[in-house]
Amino acid sequence: MPYTVKTFSQTSEAANALSSARRTHYMAGGTLIMRAMNEGDQSFDTVIRSTDPTLSQIKQSAARIEIGAGATMAQVMASSELAFLHSAAHAVGGPAIRNIASVGGNLFARCPYGDFTAALLVLDATVSVAGGYSGHDMPLEEFLAVRNREPHQLVSAISIARPATSDAFRFLKFSRVKPARKSVLSIAAHLPQSGGRVSGARIAYCGMAETPIRVPAVERSLEGKPLDEASIAQACAVACEGTSPSTDPIASDWYRREVAPVYLKRLLMGQTSRRA
Amino acid sequence: MTKSPLQFRHNGKDTAVFVEGGENLLSALRGETGDTTLKYGCGQGSCGACTVLIDGEIHLSCMTLAETCAGKSVETLDGLADGPNLHPLQTAFMENFSAQCGFCTSGMLMAAKALLDRNPSPTRDDVIEAIGGNVCRCTGYEPIINAILDAAGRRSDFSAQRR
Repeated sequence: MPYTVKTFSQTSEAANALSSARRTHYMAGGTLIMRAMNEGDQSFDTVIRSTDPTLSQIKQSAARIEIGAGATMAQVMASSELAFLHSAAHAVGGPAIRNIASVGGNLFARCPYGDFTAALLVLDATVSVAGGYSGHDMPLEEFLAVRNREPHQLVSAISIARPATSDAFRFLKFSRVKPARKSVLSIAAHLPQSGGRVSGARIAYCGMAETPIRVPAVERSLEGKPLDEASIAQACAVACEGTSPSTDPIASDWYRREVAPVYLKRLLMGQTSRRA
Repeated sequence: MTKSPLQFRHNGKDTAVFVEGGENLLSALRGETGDTTLKYGCGQGSCGACTVLIDGEIHLSCMTLAETCAGKSVETLDGLADGPNLHPLQTAFMENFSAQCGFCTSGMLMAAKALLDRNPSPTRDDVIEAIGGNVCRCTGYEPIINAILDAAGRRSDFSAQRR
């Protein structure tokens, strides 16, 4: 079925077009929308695009970094300022996919896709939404909770906190086929330490619920403790609390629950995905 | 639905076609230019059979909106050989028995070309990484990896011949 493609030079124009018609979708890199169009998805008939160069900018301030929603995973991997995110960006598809897959688009990927979003979750991410005639910012967790109910929003940027130290951020993806296949699950962690004890732990999974999620039970169990065998064992004991993994051709929900503590333990003990 | 004109460079030649709204580059190349060297595998960006180079960068043509290629340079397997002279990658694939059913070969060759264009002396890990988005269900990948490493050694000679 042919679609109408409308391309705008300004993000605000694209946002207005997106919010003013019902059967529309916004296309960033295309990994989600092109697939839908190739399959003849008839739930929409119009595709909105924006060529606004600000959508792919990466801006830095002292404490935070703003990544344009249109920035691709390849751009993230080419940015020395985002070196801590290279392993998470590398977890997204193969080289060709990373040339189009955008940071903003990853927020809309259904699990087990969306590995990069788990990384953003532990970095206190906020999402800038350019919906209709006014924009607003919202925490990423809140955005993920409503993304399916409010599909006509255009994400323009994602702001993240810099990791406390270079080794405070960790990311681990588990897939059956390497290097570039769907994940069984992926885990991101931000584990700042003060006086040898974890302070302000943030842990997130992709693949363990409908959207990437934080894992408060694990975060609580690590808080104020040194990262040693005992605290890691306690964290792993509650690894699946609050999760609801699904069954798909990659893994059953049972299998995901079985391997989550294993990979959480590996991550906490310092094993991470390869940095490209 | 009316078609829109699209102009781009296809294997070094100026090309003009008409595309439907939402049509992907794979469909436009196969249907409008007759270049069937790139294959329709999954249409989901999962197999790599439709791999092309756009302005020198590796892309999946099934995931590429055709109209976004206006004014750009698109390279496919059809333009890899220089007349009767095979590209070193093609020769290496042949000599290493790197194709069985052949359906992935076009995408593998373009992914390999993208790698060798930016890294003429790749390691084995570099090759594995470069073809990470391309699926082969026949060969077990080893002959393909070996061929790409083999071609890396021949490529400088080939480039010298073409100058």
